Parts: sequence; structure tokens; C-alpha cells
Amino acid sequence: MKKAQLTIGVTGLNAVDNPGSGIPVIRALKEAKSFDVRIIGFSYGTLEPGIYMHSIIDKSYQLPYPSVGIDTLLKRIEYIHSIENLDVIIPNFDAELYSFIKISPKLKALGIHTFLPTIEQFEKRQKVNLNDFGKKYNIPVPMSKVIFTLSESHEAMRDFDWPVLIKGKYYDAGIAYNFDQIGLYFNKISAKWGLPIIIQEFVHGTEFNVAGLGDGKGNTIAAVPMRKQYITDKGKAWGGISITDEALLELTREFVAKTQWRGSFELELMKNKNREFSLLEINPRIPAWIYLAVGVGQNIPEALVNLALGKNIEPYKSYLAGKMFVRYSWDMIVDLKEFERISTLGEL
Amino acid sequence: MKLKSDVAVSDSGFVFLPTTGESFSVNPIGSEVLQLLKEGKSIQEISNQILDKFDTEPLIIDKDLSDFMEILNHYSLLE
Amino acid sequence: MEKQKYERPLIKKLESGMPNKFGTRTGYQPTTHIENVPVKDLIKKYDSPLFVISEKQIRNNVRKAKQAFETRYPKVQFAWSYKTNYLDAVCRTFHQEGSWAEVVSGFEFSKALNNGVNGSKIIFNGPGKSDKDLKMAIENNALIHIDHLEEFYSIRQITEKLNKKAKVAIRVNMDTGIYPMWDRFGFNYENGQAWDVLNKIIRTDSMELVGLHTHIGTFMLAASAYSAAAYKLADLAVSIRKKYNHEIKYIDMGGGFSSKNTLKGAYLPGQDVNPSIDEFAEAITSALINSNFEKGHLPILILETGRALIDDTSYLLGTVLSNKRLSDGRRSTILDAGVNILFTSFWYDHKITPAQPFTQYTEDTVLYGPLCMNIDVVRNNVNLPLLNKGEHVVIHNVGAYNMTQWMQFITLRPRIVMIDEKEQVSLLRERETLSNFLEMESVPEHLKTFDL
Repeated sequence: MKKAQLTIGVTGLNAVDNPGSGIPVIRALKEAKSFDVRIIGFSYGTLEPGIYMHSIIDKSYQLPYPSVGIDTLLKRIEYIHSIENLDVIIPNFDAELYSFIKISPKLKALGIHTFLPTIEQFEKRQKVNLNDFGKKYNIPVPMSKVIFTLSESHEAMRDFDWPVLIKGKYYDAGIAYNFDQIGLYFNKISAKWGLPIIIQEFVHGTEFNVAGLGDGKGNTIAAVPMRKQYITDKGKAWGGISITDEALLELTREFVAKTQWRGSFELELMKNKNREFSLLEINPRIPAWIYLAVGVGQNIPEALVNLALGKNIEPYKSYLAGKMFVRYSWDMIVDLKEFERISTLGEL
Repeated sequence: MKLKSDVAVSDSGFVFLPTTGESFSVNPIGSEVLQLLKEGKSIQEISNQILDKFDTEPLIIDKDLSDFMEILNHYSLLE
Repeated sequence: MEKQKYERPLIKKLESGMPNKFGTRTGYQPTTHIENVPVKDLIKKYDSPLFVISEKQIRNNVRKAKQAFETRYPKVQFAWSYKTNYLDAVCRTFHQEGSWAEVVSGFEFSKALNNGVNGSKIIFNGPGKSDKDLKMAIENNALIHIDHLEEFYSIRQITEKLNKKAKVAIRVNMDTGIYPMWDRFGFNYENGQAWDVLNKIIRTDSMELVGLHTHIGTFMLAASAYSAAAYKLADLAVSIRKKYNHEIKYIDMGGGFSSKNTLKGAYLPGQDVNPSIDEFAEAITSALINSNFEKGHLPILILETGRALIDDTSYLLGTVLSNKRLSDGRRSTILDAGVNILFTSFWYDHKITPAQPFTQYTEDTVLYGPLCMNIDVVRNNVNLPLLNKGEHVVIHNVGAYNMTQWMQFITLRPRIVMIDEKEQVSLLRERETLSNFLEMESVPEHLKTFDL
């Protein structure tokens, strides 16, 4: 039987030192066994490296920033769709997920499929709601408190031991060992990401990550755990290794079953001295290290596309442990003409 | 008030300054003004030429051109 | 040869960064008409700046809000929050749609009476009621929401003097997980203050306890806080019934629902993310229905939402006075409408659209008002098409608080018009004149003359 030919739009083409997952997602889709793809790259900036990677991206278009509003985003996608006839879109930026979830029914009406968490799932896993999330689903999470003013930190710190993590609503975090440092991070992070600020228990131990996919009915379609081996100064994995840990996988399956998680996700977990796991963060999207999962036998982007198209798919049962990913950077030579085209026409 | 000789203006309104590596975008009328400046036309000549072609008034052109020249200067695009 | 449409020459530096998460681009269409009336004609006839209110939009908003609550709860009553916009025409539109009046001063109370609202349908809130105000309220059978103990004692005194019973409720403040907690108004739920005053009221013959009131905050972005508040008020009502066999008539959940404006510093536009009226309705009504009221004994639910019903009904039209360059090369544009009449620009990034067609070329712009004051900034950084002197802009979502909190400062306040459902324009408020001000002032004899 001839393989289906799909046109898939992918965002997150920023394969930089704090990378988006677009490029590894595209590599995974190119290697899919169940379909062939044409890739349409969606970019926000004009220097996202993916725009210039013509060997894996057939055509790139600029999207309006999410802050402009969903009506404008939808109009732009309608325009692109009229030329490219998209089958599926995979958004990979945190900042754009809310907008894509909101417009997904309208995209579907246009014939464009997505496979994203529900708004409720998206909101519940927000950092400020993590405590309630843990309580509701009986999943261990580090204790956290939300503060709106620096003066509240004194009251809040009665329940914590030093050090603590100071986290922004969406991004950014720092470890504080005293009130001065809390003040430092509070001001720095709130200036950038607004209020509130989250004080979180600092869990000592080893960090693990799980990339996975839920079918929205409580089944775990794929799950690959990884331990970071090399971390950049931005806290991003630059090397990691696939591992086996039944407790970790069990916790992941429990997370998917209890939340009925729909779509891909990344769990960040900490294992303490007593070998207990706690869930630090839930990212409602494909992580940038997803190609490791593909390399060890679970093509999560491919499975996600098939779920988006409404196909029944068998869960992945196994993967190879002890495989590593080692990231590297690569300089492309780009003609100014190309930069000119994406800058002035918004297409390349 | 002359445009730097190495400033390159493309048809799509893309301007590149090779000495610094900076790039700019211009709207069609801006592109036209840059072209005329490159040809060594004076502000008065440019103003007249635009008046011939576009529906506007001398006072508005003078004001907009002086603002445009100010920003060209700000971006170090003038000799 | 026909001449081409002119646009001023524009050059923009290409900032080739990674996606800037706070980047803003305008994706707007021009707003050439409001309710099919050309903006140009409005300004020509009524001058610039000009506030324009759509009657149709007000009625749509009330009906939608009513529907949201009435499909979920048996007994619902809206009360128009006068302070949000107390233009008589606006208030009367709400009254025609069945809203009672919610006032917070003697002035507003008189305005409601003058509008023809029966005193028994006026809710009197706020911490600043004078004895004179309270007397007026009691005489008119108004619903007085007690804010503090001094007020309780004043009411007791006045009712005894008048030999007339007062209908009262108390305002309750509480922890709903929302910051800041509004504990400056009313009596606290958690520490027993609320019970203390309730006990006093029940034991006072000249007072009838008719309701419980709360108002948890302003521009609330989480509907869930309302469900916490509704549970607590319901709990209080059920306990009063148990303890005193007294049934309160209504629970007043106040207002504070966010409109579709975008708060400064917010990343996604308010239009996309702020909760809808249905979400607020769901949170409040499900909490009340799921609480311990006996079957058939649900109290009336009163809502005082102001902002969410009026913000998107009104526009401020302005005109470009000048364009100029700032020292760092940024463009700035001076409008004839500033913060003196657009108070809300201190906390919103108001949506602003040109009133005439434009091309796709845009420029980052600082929008200033006309005041000779550094604080007069309408938008700090907005990506706008190229505007020429004399062209018009439309500032959206200005219906709440601007027409009440505006200042007569440096300039005089402009006209306000309303477009009715037949798309006819009426003048609601005349422009202020110098003589208006001279009328109120007087100069002592010895200051009348001088030589310069």
C-alpha cells in the first residue's frame, strides 16, 4: 500500500542554545514509517535556524506573535492553508500553546488537525496550580507557595527550609539561600514575567525527564525516560541517556490515566535519597530532546500525528535503554537574499 | 545629504548596509526616495518628483521628508 | 495620469532576534465606522476628542449576561453600578433592561432617584455614607449594605428617630485565594466580625436583615475565586437560618468581572484570555446550587457587574496633532485625547485602531496625549500604521470609569454621544466651556484688578 502524503506545519524552528523542539520533531516526522511528509515551517523571528534548513523544511512562513491575538493568527493560518493545504499543525512554543488550543476547533473546521491538551489540562498544570494538581491527582509534588509581594516571603518561608526555588509564572527560576536572594530573583523574574512568583521547596536529588504521549482517554501511547548528562548554563540538556526505571514509568502512566492527558508532554521529576519521585513540572508539549525517544524506538511525533488524524494506534511497549543523545551546533552559510525574503515577504 | 554609496536597496524594499551588516526595510515610497537620493537628487528635486506622482501637498512632503532624512541620519545611512 | 495614494516614506531597522515573547504587532483592521456611522462624520459634527457609546452593545451585553445567569439559576437580579458610568442615558438603558441601581454615595443615590428608580430597588454600598445619606436611604426604603460598625450604630439611631425600619445587608470580606484581599470593606468572614454584626442586626428591631453582600476584587481574571466567595456567603446564610430561623432574601455577589481589555504587562490579549461572563456565571451559580440551602429556599442572586457590561460599548475618538521623533529614533505621536479623559490607560494597553484605511507598513510608536505632563501616555509602545496629522484614531473599550473618573485638568472635557439601535446619534453630554467654570468660581474684590 502506498504511504499517505501529509503536509504538516511545525513551529519552534529555533534550534539555538535554548532550543525549540521543531527541528527534532521534523526529523522524527521525516523518519515516520506510516506516512510521507511535506514540512511547512512556522517561524516568529527571522533568524530561527530552521527557516534556512531547506533539506528538511519545504517552505517557511512567519506567524504573528501570540500577543496580537487569535483572530490574526487564524487569518494567517487560513492564508497559509489556502496555499499549502495543511493536514496537521504541531505547535512547540509554550507561549503559543494557549492560542493554538483556543483555535483548534476552528482549525479542525478548516481540515487542519491538532492533538493538544484541553484548556483545563493546560491550566491545571500551570506552575501556580501545581500544589492543587498534586493534591487532586494524588501525585507527589514539591510544596510551593504563591506570593505577590516580597514582604509575603517572610511569612511564606516559615514553612520552608533553605534553600528554596524562586520561580516565575511561566519561565525562569533561581535558587535562593537567603531573603536577599529571594528579593533578587523576585524582582528580576517578576519584572520579566509578571506576578505571582512561586516559592518552591528545593528537592535534593537527581533530575529525570520523561517524554510521553497520552491519547486523551487515559492510555499512555509512549513514554521514554531520560537523565540529563550535560546541562548548559541555561539549564538545557546538551546530552542525556535513556534509562529504565519502572517506578518512573509507573508514575508517568498514573499521570496520564488520572489526568486523561491528551497530547504530548514532558515531565520533570526529582528522585530523592529515599528513591521517591516528586513531580517538579509538566510541560504540555514535545521536549527539545524528543529525537532521543525516536532513536530508541518510540516515534512520538509520528504517533501524535496519527492520533491527530483520528487513527487508532497501538501503544509503544518498549525502547532501548542506555542510548545517549549528544547535541551539537552547526553553522550554516546563508545568503542575504534569503534573509531578505523572510524579512520582507514573511515567506521563504 | 547624500546616501552612503554602498547602501544597497532591493526591489522588495530591503536595504542593506555592508559596512555594518545592518539591514532595514522600507515602504515603496521610502524606496523611491532612497533611489532618488542615490542618484544624487536634492531634497527639492525629490519633493517635486513625489508631488508629481502622488496625491499630496508640498507642506506634508516637506515635513515627512525632513523626518525621513532625520531617521536616515539616525541610522547612519547618510554621508 | 491619476496620482497615487500618498503614504509617508518609512524605513525600519530589521531587528533579527529570536521570537521576542513580548513582541507586539498590530493586526487590526481600520475602524472607519461605529455601528455604521462614519467616524469622520462623528468628529466633523461633534468635534474631537469624542466619546461614543453604542446603545445596542449595552443591551446586547446585559441580555447576554442575564441569559448566562438565568439559564443556570432560578432568581437573578442585576443592579447597575453607577460609579462605572453614571451618565443618565446609560443608567436608563440599564434600567430599561431591568437592572436596579447600585450606588455608593448620596450624589449617586440622588441620581438614581432622579432617573426614576424606586428607592426599594436602589442598593446603597460603600464606606462613605453620611448620616444625611443614610436618612435619605431609609426614607426611600433602599437596601443599605453596611460597611462598618459605625454605620450600624448610625442606622440604628436614625431608624429610632424616624420610627421607620431599615432594610439592611452586610458586606462581607473574605479570603478567596485572591491577592490583594479586599479587607478594607465590610466585615471579615474568617475572624468572626461578620457574625458579630449579624448578631447585633438580628437583635435590633428597627432593622430587617435582607441580604448578604460581597465584592471580592476588581478586574478578576479567575472565575474560581467567585465560587469560593459564593460558598462562604451561602454557608453564612444557611447558618443564620439555623441559628435564628431567619431567611435572608438575597445574596449579592458584587461585581469585579474583568472586561476584554488587556492589562499592562499581560502577554496574551484580554480578548483571548479573560474569562467570559458564562465562566463567572458557572462559578457563582454552581457554588450556590451545590451549597446547603434547603430545596426551594435559594435566595435571589444579585450581580453588580459594571465594567464587563459597559467597557466594550464605548469608544474614544481622537485626532493626531503631531508626529515627532524621540531622541532614540522612536516615533511618537501626539493625540488630542490624553489621560485626563482616558484614566484607564494607566492600567490597560487599550486597543487602538486608525479610523481610515492604511497599508501594511507599521512603526513602533509612543502615543502621547496633549497634556504638558510627563504622565500623559496613552500607549507606551504600540505598533501602528503611519498616521498623518489630522487623521483619526479609535480607542476601544473605554466605557468603564473613564466617563466618571475623567478630570477637568488643563483642558475641558469633551462631548459624549450615543448611537441608538436605529443608528441615530444623540448628544448625551455637552462639551464643557469656560463659562461653566467661571460660574463656580468667585474672586475677592481686592484681586479683581491688576496692572501688568
